[in-house]
Amino acid sequence: MSAETILKVEAIRKSFGGVLAIANVDFELKQGDFLGVIGPNGAGKTTLVNMISGFVKPDGGRILFKGKSIGGRQPYQIANLGLARTFQMVRLFYNLPAYKNLIIPLCSARVRRLRGGKFGERDDVAVDLLDEMGFERDSNVPYKAAGNLPHGYLKRLDLARALALRPELLIMDDLFSGMSMAEVASVLPLITRLSDQGLTVIMIEHRLRELFRVVDRVMVLNFGQKIAEGSPDQVMESEPVKKAYLGIDVEINGSERTDA
Amino acid sequence: MTSQVQLRKRRLDRGIKARTDSVFVIAAPNDLIYVLAPRVVPILFLMLLPLLLSGYEGKILVHACVIGLLAMSWDLLASCGLFSLGQSLFFGVGAYLAGTMNKYGGAPIWLTLPLATIGGGVLSAALLAPVVRLRGVYFAMVTLMLPLLFRKLIEAWGILGGTHGISSLSVFPSDWVAEYLAIIAFLGVLFGLRKLIESDYGLVLKAIRDDDRAVMSAGINIYSRKVQALFLAGAIASFAGAFMTHHFGFVGFSVFAWDYAILPVAATTLGGPGAFAGAALGSMILLPLSEFLRAMGGLRIAIYCCILIACVITLPEGLFSFLERKYHQFETVVEVK
Amino acid sequence: MSLLIYGTVTSIILALYAVGFSLTYGISGLANFTHGALYILSGFIAWHLMNYLELPFLVAIPLTVLAAGFIGFLMYWTLLLRVRGIAVSELIVTFAAGVAILELLTWGGFYGTRYSLPVLFEEGIEISGVVIDGQRLLVIGTGVMLVILLYLFVHHTKIGLAFRGMAQDERTALSVGIESDWIGSLSLALGAALAAVAALVVLPLGMMEATVGYEVLIYALAVAIVGGLESTAGMVAASFILGFGQSAAARYIGPQWMTVVPLAAIVLVLAVRPSGLVGRFKELEERV
Repeated sequence: MSAETILKVEAIRKSFGGVLAIANVDFELKQGDFLGVIGPNGAGKTTLVNMISGFVKPDGGRILFKGKSIGGRQPYQIANLGLARTFQMVRLFYNLPAYKNLIIPLCSARVRRLRGGKFGERDDVAVDLLDEMGFERDSNVPYKAAGNLPHGYLKRLDLARALALRPELLIMDDLFSGMSMAEVASVLPLITRLSDQGLTVIMIEHRLRELFRVVDRVMVLNFGQKIAEGSPDQVMESEPVKKAYLGIDVEINGSERTDA
Repeated sequence: MTSQVQLRKRRLDRGIKARTDSVFVIAAPNDLIYVLAPRVVPILFLMLLPLLLSGYEGKILVHACVIGLLAMSWDLLASCGLFSLGQSLFFGVGAYLAGTMNKYGGAPIWLTLPLATIGGGVLSAALLAPVVRLRGVYFAMVTLMLPLLFRKLIEAWGILGGTHGISSLSVFPSDWVAEYLAIIAFLGVLFGLRKLIESDYGLVLKAIRDDDRAVMSAGINIYSRKVQALFLAGAIASFAGAFMTHHFGFVGFSVFAWDYAILPVAATTLGGPGAFAGAALGSMILLPLSEFLRAMGGLRIAIYCCILIACVITLPEGLFSFLERKYHQFETVVEVK
Repeated sequence: MSLLIYGTVTSIILALYAVGFSLTYGISGLANFTHGALYILSGFIAWHLMNYLELPFLVAIPLTVLAAGFIGFLMYWTLLLRVRGIAVSELIVTFAAGVAILELLTWGGFYGTRYSLPVLFEEGIEISGVVIDGQRLLVIGTGVMLVILLYLFVHHTKIGLAFRGMAQDERTALSVGIESDWIGSLSLALGAALAAVAALVVLPLGMMEATVGYEVLIYALAVAIVGGLESTAGMVAASFILGFGQSAAARYIGPQWMTVVPLAAIVLVLAVRPSGLVGRFKELEERV
């Protein structure tokens, strides 16, 4: 194995007021991996992301990012190490023009270090990045207040905000929910390309068909426990997964999906 | 009745402000005046004002500048989500620092002013750094309590002049010096902070107020940014305090009075928060007004409070935003067809 | 022994100051900074009822409590309605209203020894050598009763349950038909009425002047912050910690240090342990 481990999660636990949200989950990601995380609603997926990105403190266990223990560190410290995330409920600055939303990650210690102290053209970097995300630079879309944009754009803007950090690991929490088919179709190639360029990605999704098209590996959570991990086909064949999804007819190429 | 012409107001943005805030193509002298007037007129006005004023009116002007500095300092904190009910804390820290250095250290004014400014900023930031994690109301409580605590401590210990304060300190050589120093500081802080809040640094500060978690996930250390803002705001208010110490030649409990806690907030809400010009404008309106009220003693505080409540309830955007919008728009009356 | 007894009395007085403030905050999330002003205003109203209308004290008591409740109710609909939900505006408005009332009273000459409320019971009892007068016994009784009543009210009555629903999730409460503005105004009215009750039993013990209002606000805040809001037990515990702290400071260091205790407690608790000494997770989320 030439690729090195980038994220290692060991037996993390979290409960909220007696309710177990995550129970002893382990997994490991190597540089360039593309992991999908699925599970019924309330399975603990978002809690897992919140713990890895530092917004929720784990009750126990270890999280190692690039060999450093990050459990209990502040979210901005983790972000500066190169771990970026999107939010299930997008968190943006609605009063600002869309491209100005990207100025904030561009001001972070990480980006300043990576860019070697080049300042002054943050606005241009931001517009370039949005252009890649399908906000056409020559239209007025990147300059509109974020609050006036439709939902699909907001989701992509949130993704762009995460990418602006130039992350080594990107976690997407339910990116596609609320996006139209056309929008999903326009974002998918971008994500594939990023992954091909060596970005490690964790993707939490309810839209299994689209997810299975891009991921290498899938992890299934149910009631806070990992019930399966492996390639999409393997996972969908395993008994516990079938049981967890019982009542919802899931086929890998089927049209059903469990919406939030 | 049916034949009556219906009219409506049509508002158009002035073309020069179209897409960008930074690049202008100055096409005509009118445009030049349009761009420069809001900057040049207040500067000229304030610079010439002392020449026209008597000694007493000059004192009011100085006081207005000082409250303006406190209000802008409040506005800076508010723009990153720190709501202070204790501008008198920063003000008092600067005032007592200057007084102590002058009285016990024998430092002259030109030394105490900058030292108290920097020292006050550092002290304010250090005092409040442990509580920058707190959300709005709780942070406000701490800022409300600290000046009261300081006052009680000075009273109980009898340090720093105790209840009598420190008197016979150096004063400015003349009223002219005081007036121009106050005006220059006021204008400098006003334009400096406006520049700062328009920059990327200011953008990050405002983003912290709107959604601190999103800012954290973008890799910004919000606590250190807030402490930086505290330093800056503390330094500005401390300068105001040190200035007043040397203006009166005295420092005492009066620096912790309600005036210095409430007037800045009232001025900012009257003028409109977020752009500093509102805070500056508000203090220039409120202070002369409050001088009329001085004869009423304690009642003036009650009146400030009523003005403050009225502004918060009825004028959430403030006067300045209103004026700014009017300035940037043509308004014509057209017929409804 | 006298430290124990006077410490207890001080603690219960603190609990009385805080109970209205905590109730309002617990129900509608409204930090009512007018609390101290309402407290002293109640004393002012009672005094005027007795000295101008020449009503007996026992008649003036219910009238004052009703009046204070009405003022709180009115304050919600006139001042707070427009800024409801904007925590900082609420804070500024209630704070400014409080300062306005207090300064107005001071300006109107509400200071000095001219004003006082009568004590209800003159004779006291003696506990192991320390004489404790009737009014202080009344304070203890009222304090204990209020805390118990409050607990029962919030946990076992219909309106109390509606209050708790509001406290937990305003939107959900709205969707099941709890009218948020009514609950908000009622909570403020109730808090104000409790401030009046506290004023009527505590004020006869000491000075009655406008500046007391500031101290009452500070004490109420201190108890609320040290104890963590919402929990009755936390409030009681915090009252005792602060009460004994104050009595000890007054006795061993000097009486001028009494007011330093709550101020320092507020600042220290918020800096070191923002959830309060017995506060739990939820409140921590709110404060941080």
